[in-house]
Amino acid sequence: MIGKLDLDPVLVARARELAARAGAPVVELARSHTTVSVERAVLRLAGVQGADPDGIPWVNRLVDAVVADVGLGHGVAVPVFDALAREQLADVTLLAQKAAAGSVRFAVPAGRAATTARRAARRAVAAGVRRIDRRRAERERLVRRFGDPPRRPWIYLIVATGDIYEDIPQAQAAARAGADAIAVIRSTGQSLLDYVPEGATREGFAGTYATQENFRLMRAALDESSRELGRYVRLTNYASGLCMPEMAALAGLERLDMMLNDSMYGILFRDINPIRTFVDQRFSRQVHARAGIIINTGEDNYLTTADAVDEAHTVTVSQLLNEYFAHEAGLADWQLGLGHAFEVNPDVPESLRLELAHALLARELFPDAPLKWMPPTKHMTGDVFRGNLLDGFFNLVGALTGQGMLLVGMMTEAVVTPWLSDRDIALQNVRYVLGAAGGLHEDFVPASGGFIQQRAHQVLGSAVELLERVGEQSLLTAIGEGTFGIMKRPADRGKGLDGVVRHEGDYYNPAVEILEGAGS
Amino acid sequence: MTAAPEQAVVPEKQIVRPYGDTTGDGMVQVSFTLPLPHDKRAEGAAIQLAGKMGIDPAMLVHARPMGDGFTFFVVYGRVNHLVDTSVVRVVERDFPLLSAKEVNAVVKRQLRRKLSVVGACIGTDAHTVGIDAILNVKGIAGDKGLEYYRELRVSNLGAQVSVPDLVAAARAEQADAVLVSQVVTQRDAHLHNTREMSAAFREAWPAGKRPLLIVGGPRFDEAMTAELGVDRIFGRGTTPGEVASYLVHTLITSRRAATV
Repeated sequence: MIGKLDLDPVLVARARELAARAGAPVVELARSHTTVSVERAVLRLAGVQGADPDGIPWVNRLVDAVVADVGLGHGVAVPVFDALAREQLADVTLLAQKAAAGSVRFAVPAGRAATTARRAARRAVAAGVRRIDRRRAERERLVRRFGDPPRRPWIYLIVATGDIYEDIPQAQAAARAGADAIAVIRSTGQSLLDYVPEGATREGFAGTYATQENFRLMRAALDESSRELGRYVRLTNYASGLCMPEMAALAGLERLDMMLNDSMYGILFRDINPIRTFVDQRFSRQVHARAGIIINTGEDNYLTTADAVDEAHTVTVSQLLNEYFAHEAGLADWQLGLGHAFEVNPDVPESLRLELAHALLARELFPDAPLKWMPPTKHMTGDVFRGNLLDGFFNLVGALTGQGMLLVGMMTEAVVTPWLSDRDIALQNVRYVLGAAGGLHEDFVPASGGFIQQRAHQVLGSAVELLERVGEQSLLTAIGEGTFGIMKRPADRGKGLDGVVRHEGDYYNPAVEILEGAGS
Repeated sequence: MTAAPEQAVVPEKQIVRPYGDTTGDGMVQVSFTLPLPHDKRAEGAAIQLAGKMGIDPAMLVHARPMGDGFTFFVVYGRVNHLVDTSVVRVVERDFPLLSAKEVNAVVKRQLRRKLSVVGACIGTDAHTVGIDAILNVKGIAGDKGLEYYRELRVSNLGAQVSVPDLVAAARAEQADAVLVSQVVTQRDAHLHNTREMSAAFREAWPAGKRPLLIVGGPRFDEAMTAELGVDRIFGRGTTPGEVASYLVHTLITSRRAATV
């Protein structure tokens, strides 16, 4: 690695080794447990669609019915396809409806019946995975036809009206104004819903519900924009939360291009049970890997609650863990949108040099990952003039350190949801800086042994120390004791714990079997 | 230093105007967007709006088309409005600001037990930035949070806490004060949530026994305490030190003064 920071390759290797040591027991946990959301995702891939008249998805009703009869530990695939055969039904959604009405009993079959059910389940899920494969091929074709953005970083903009039919014209206007990726912010609190809402939605709090139909509508609208603009405009949504596996499946089926998917965000910031999160995360990332989706991790969140100078190393540790978990789930480096943020207090002396050191450290540790560079939020005070200047410096650091994606900062952060004019001014800022200094990274070489190099070495050193400490106990203990962020999150507490079950000896999940490339 | 005793307590009429570069020039700067394509007519419309806002003469210094059919304007000009500061009503700080050491000393000497504080973000609000700035040791801008105060026992329940859970926690912790942070304001969620919370506490405790209820957030009007059923509202820029000082003043110092 020919780096600008002169990082010690032995120390970098040590950091990765420690991240693997901390993560391995968690992967083992994920391989030996399932959750209601993993099982619902399997059913979605097998073709269960729609919701009951109260809006509860049929996948939820079906999983609940299976759990009531035989529990979750065998996986739902075999009991469901066994019942399908016994009831002589052709359609799994029909089975879900009958099960919800109480007219179907589920069992765990043995012998020949079990083999038949497994084979049928695998066939149905394979059809779902093939649909994801087709959507991926379609993306590759469209990118070839319309082209990628002409430069890095990609410009990433957010829409958040709550109404999908308002989001669409806003997203198309943002694309026309230069956005390469559009993220539709979800309604506040959706991450804590243990089901995925259905249909097109027009009401949300500070964001729009993520539903399969909303995904489809927005992707179709951006395909139109891509055609008009002659570049493929990417669409982003959020997997993180209680429904990570299902969100991943729906994103793959509707050709979303990027998904927020962090290994610890749900635990630390949403108080979701740690085991639930790690099990859901592994499955969701396996689906993302197959779908060719780029994940965006959430390290910026650490710095909104902790100090960006004192806690800079926790960002590095989280990036290393996210990388380990992502690779383990089959994601390639080009799919790792590891996050980090410009959140050093601007009143701290040399704050810009600190930012450069942190951003360059992430760049050099993960040379092949499309890093996601997040704008200042914590030190945006409502002084929109100063905020615009801060965003300019943020853009400059992004250009100087070769970031992959740049989330456009708004000077009205913490004041209002962005106005049309706020977005326009913010994009002018980005265009000016990238236009004026887009190639400056070629000339920007920090002095050997100087402030930036020293700071980067210091942060990496602290990250390795923290990982050493984590490794002596276990990642779950470390999270329980509040090592990441200030929140303490014990493994036996948190939301969604009642949806986690250890595998029985005959557990079967055709989706995992297909995604891991085993059997056939 | 002691100030000379003042005779007059009636506030004097004090008139000010906005200040550009000369006293009394009345100059302001505004920006806005009109849903019109950029042309002479749109610029005329912007000047008309500025005129109706009391800006006269209005100088249109910048106009920029945005997307299809929108134009952004920046206008400078003189307003004819006068501001009378003697009729401005605000909530002034009505308690002395104490250091952490002083707060601890008052609690230890006069309360003779730890003062119990329970904090949370309620409703669907997941923004713990505010409550964490006040409660976490880290605090904000060098002012340490309430967890740092030795004589305070702090329980931070975090985000998206339901009102019944908050009431239960306040009971379990024998809370002297409950701090609630609300950042999300879509559809006045912060006001609805606060009213729901104060009603639940009124129901759960006899009058005069319930914990002190304090809400904070960037979009609250500090004068709305009665309307929201809380004891105090803290707005943008509140520091942990102010909250701690308010707590000891209200729960300890002023109560003793009243009963002695």
